[in-house]
Amino acid sequence: MSSDVRFTDFKSDKQPTWCPGCGDFGTMNGIMKALANSGNDPDNTFLVAGIGCSGKIGTYMHSYAIHGVHGRSLPVAAGAKLANPNLTVVAAGGDGDGYSIGAGHFIHAVRRNVDMAYVVMDNRIYGLTKGQASPTSREDFETSTTPEGPKQPPVNPLALSLAAGGTFIAQSFATDHKRHAEIVQEAIEHDGFGFVNVFSPCVTFNDVDTYDYFRDNLVDLADTDHDPTDYDDAKDKILDSSKEYEGVIYKDEDSVSYEQKFGVTENMSDIPSGAPDDAMDLVREFY
Amino acid sequence: MPADFNWAIGGEAGDGIDSTGKIFAQALSRAGRHVFTSKDFASRIRGGYTAYKVRTAIDPVQSVVDRLDVLIALTPRTIEENLDELHDGSVIIYDGDRSTMADVEIPDGMVGLDVPLQALAEEAGGAIMRNVVALGAACAVTDFPIESLDSALQKRFGGKGEAIVENNKEAARAGRDYVHEEYDHEFEYELETTDEDYVLLNGDEAIGMGAIAAGCRFYAGYPITPATNVMEYLTGRIERYGGHVVQAEDELAAINLALGAARAGARSMTATSGPGIDLMAETFGLVATSETPLVIVDVMRSGPSTGMPTKQEQGDLNMMLQGGHGEIPRFVVAPTTISECFWKTVEAFNLAEKYQLPVYVAADLAMAVTEQTFSPDAFDMDAVEIDRGKVVDDDTIDEWLDEKDRFQPHALTDDGISPRAFPGTERGAHMSTGLEHDELGRRTEDTSMRVEQVEKRDRKVETAEETEDFEPREFGNSDSDVLVVSWGSNEGALVEAMDFLEADGIDIRFLSVPYMFPRPDLTEDIEAADEVIVVECNATGQFANVVEHDTLTRVKRINKYDGVRFKADELADEIKATLDTEEVSA
Repeated sequence: MSSDVRFTDFKSDKQPTWCPGCGDFGTMNGIMKALANSGNDPDNTFLVAGIGCSGKIGTYMHSYAIHGVHGRSLPVAAGAKLANPNLTVVAAGGDGDGYSIGAGHFIHAVRRNVDMAYVVMDNRIYGLTKGQASPTSREDFETSTTPEGPKQPPVNPLALSLAAGGTFIAQSFATDHKRHAEIVQEAIEHDGFGFVNVFSPCVTFNDVDTYDYFRDNLVDLADTDHDPTDYDDAKDKILDSSKEYEGVIYKDEDSVSYEQKFGVTENMSDIPSGAPDDAMDLVREFY
Repeated sequence: MPADFNWAIGGEAGDGIDSTGKIFAQALSRAGRHVFTSKDFASRIRGGYTAYKVRTAIDPVQSVVDRLDVLIALTPRTIEENLDELHDGSVIIYDGDRSTMADVEIPDGMVGLDVPLQALAEEAGGAIMRNVVALGAACAVTDFPIESLDSALQKRFGGKGEAIVENNKEAARAGRDYVHEEYDHEFEYELETTDEDYVLLNGDEAIGMGAIAAGCRFYAGYPITPATNVMEYLTGRIERYGGHVVQAEDELAAINLALGAARAGARSMTATSGPGIDLMAETFGLVATSETPLVIVDVMRSGPSTGMPTKQEQGDLNMMLQGGHGEIPRFVVAPTTISECFWKTVEAFNLAEKYQLPVYVAADLAMAVTEQTFSPDAFDMDAVEIDRGKVVDDDTIDEWLDEKDRFQPHALTDDGISPRAFPGTERGAHMSTGLEHDELGRRTEDTSMRVEQVEKRDRKVETAEETEDFEPREFGNSDSDVLVVSWGSNEGALVEAMDFLEADGIDIRFLSVPYMFPRPDLTEDIEAADEVIVVECNATGQFANVVEHDTLTRVKRINKYDGVRFKADELADEIKATLDTEEVSA
C-alpha cells in the first residue's frame, strides 16, 4: 500500500455516461477521496456495484471490482471481505438495488456487521429504466408506472438499519463534497458495517427531490449538538420525517465486526498444494 | 442365513429413530462389519412414520434389498409399512406395555419378542433409553457382542458424561438379558465380527470432507433438506484450516457470498437442493460469465416445487445442464458412490479453477443421507492434488497487461482460459461484470468482441475435453450384448443387481457415468450393444435423453420416481423385464 495514492488513482479511463448534473458524479468522487484519504490503493480495494445507473460506478472507478446481480451486492461484498480481511471492501448501489430487490440482504448485512462500507446513491427514482417509482419515492410521486403516486409510504432506510442493529448509520449529500467524503471515509474506517445513504439527485426524472429541495431542507448534524453515540438521540433523528439530516447519525463505538467475532483473519486464498497435513484426522473421526 | 443381514428400527419422527439406528450401524462398523444404511423418513419433526435401516455383511454392501430380518417396531405402523420386506423367521422386537402396541399382531411365521423396553430403561436410569434397551435385545437375537455396542454408545454419549454412557450400557444389557432369560428360542441370526477398521459416513459428510481436503476455505449456505448436513459437517471443522461457514439469509445470498469469496481468491462452495438451485440460477449466470470458479453442490430431492423433500429423485439434471437464461458453459460432475462424493468434490474444485467456471456437483438424497462403511484408505489424503489453474502474481502479471498496463482478466487465449489475479495482486486491479465484456472486463456491445468472448468461453470446454479424463466407470462383462448405463447413486444397486442377474444366467455390461458435462461419448459403446438400457430416478429420462441426443440412438429406459431409491433385487427384476419386452421401434 503506497502512501502517495491520490484519489484520481481510483479513476478509470472510461468516461461516465451519467446525465450531466447527476448526483452520482459527486457520490463517486467522494468515495474515491475517502478511499485515498484512508490509505487505500486500487490493488487492495474491492468494489461491489449493484445494477442501475449507480451500478455503473464500477466501470468508472479503478480497483478490483465486480458489477453483480441486481440487489445482491451486499452478500458478494461480505464474501470478499471474509475471504480476504486485508481488503478494503465497498459496496455501492442505488435505492432500488438496496431497498427494493435487495432489501432482504440489506437487513441481514446490517445484522451481520461485516467490516465494509455500503454507499447507497438514493435519488428516489428508477433512472436507468427512465423514471418509475422507487422504494424511497414519495407517496404521491407521479411516474409512468404510478400515475397517481405509489400510494404507499417511502422506506426509511435509516430506520431499517437501526431496527436491524446497525452500528454505523449516516447520510450525506452528493454535492456537499467535503462532508460527503468525510462521512464515507468514516464509514470505511468504522469497524463494522458502515452505511451511508447519499442524496444523489436525478436531474432527468425526479423533479421533486432536487438539488434545490435538499439544499433547502438539509440539516448538517455537524452544525448541531447531535451526539451520534447516543442511541435515543439517533433514533429521534431517524424517525423525524420533517427534516433531511446529513452526517453520522448513529455510531456504536463498541461495534465488533463479524470477522472479529468469528476470528476470521486469514487470507483464504493461501492454501497448500495438497490436502492439509493432518487431514487423515478428518477420516479417523468417522471410525 | 444369507451373507447379508437386514435390520431396522421404526417409529414416529421424534422417537430418536435416526440416532438409535446410527448407534447400531456404528457398532457394526466398529465390529469390523460392512454397513449400508437407508432411511424412510418424513420431514415433519414429530408425527410421521420414520425408519432407519441397516444392511450389513462381512463383504462390502452398497445397496438395499427388499428383505428385513430383525425389526424394532415402536409403532404398529412400523410393522405395516414393512410387511413386504418381512419374511418367515423375521424377528419383531416391540414393547407390549405400550398402549398402542398392546394388541399388535405378529404375522404368522415371524417371531415376536415382547420386551418391556420402557420399564427396563427406567430401571437403568431413564425412559429415554428405551431404544437402547431395544438395541440390547437385538444383540441377543443376533448373537452380537454387546461390547461392540458399548464403543458406539461411548461415541454417541461420551460428550454427555461417563454416567450417561454407563446408564446406556446398563440399559443395553438389560435388553439383552431379558431376551436371554425370557425367550428360550434359537435365533437363526449370528453377526460375526472381524478385526477390520472401517469408517462410516454419508455422502454429505464425504462432500464436506472433500471440500476441506481440496482447500475450500469458504462456505455459504442456507439450510435445506437433504443438503444441510454438508454445512453442519463443515461448521466447526473448516475453521481449523482457516476457513469459515456463513449461514446466509437465503440461497440468493448464499451463492453471492460464495461468489464474493471466490473473487477474493478463496476456494469457495455452496450446497443446496433443487429449490435452492432455482434461486441460485439468477447468480449462476454471473458466476459463469464473470468466469469465477465456484463449486455448487445440488443434493437432489424429489421435485418440483417443495415436492417430497425427504425423498429420492434425480430430477435436476436438465436444470444443471441448461438452467439459466442465455448460453454459457458449466461443468456438471455426478458422484456415483459415497466415497466418490469425496473425490468428485476434490475434482470439482480443480475443474472450477482450471477452467474458471461454475461446477455443479450433482449428488442425490439416496447417497447424501446414507451411511456406508469404507476402509480409511478410500480417502487417501496424500492422493489429493490441488491445481489452481492460471493464477498470476506480482511477478507473473506482466505478460497479461495491455499496452496501457491494464490487466486483462478475459484475455482471448487459444485454450480459452484467461489469467486470474486475486485482489491484492499489484497492477491486477480489474472489473468483472455480468454484462458482456471485453478483455479488460469492461462492458461492451461490440459485435465482434461479443462473438470472440462467447467463443473463448466455449473453447474452455474443448480444452477440458482434450485435457481431462471424463470416462465412465465400467462394471460387468465388457463383451456383453446388453449395456446398462446409469448415473449418480444407482451404481451400488446396479452392481449388486448384476449378482442377481448372473445367478439367472444374464450378464451385462454396466457403465456408471460420473460426468454429466463435459461427458464421455458413448456412441461406440452403444453401437456395440444389442440392448441399451438407461437407468435413473426420474420420470422423463433426463440422462437417457442426453444419451440419445449424443449418440443418435434410441435407448430403453428404467425410470423410478416414487421417491424411493432402486433396490438391487428390484432392479434386477426390472432389467429382466425390460430385456423380455419387444424391441422399441425407433
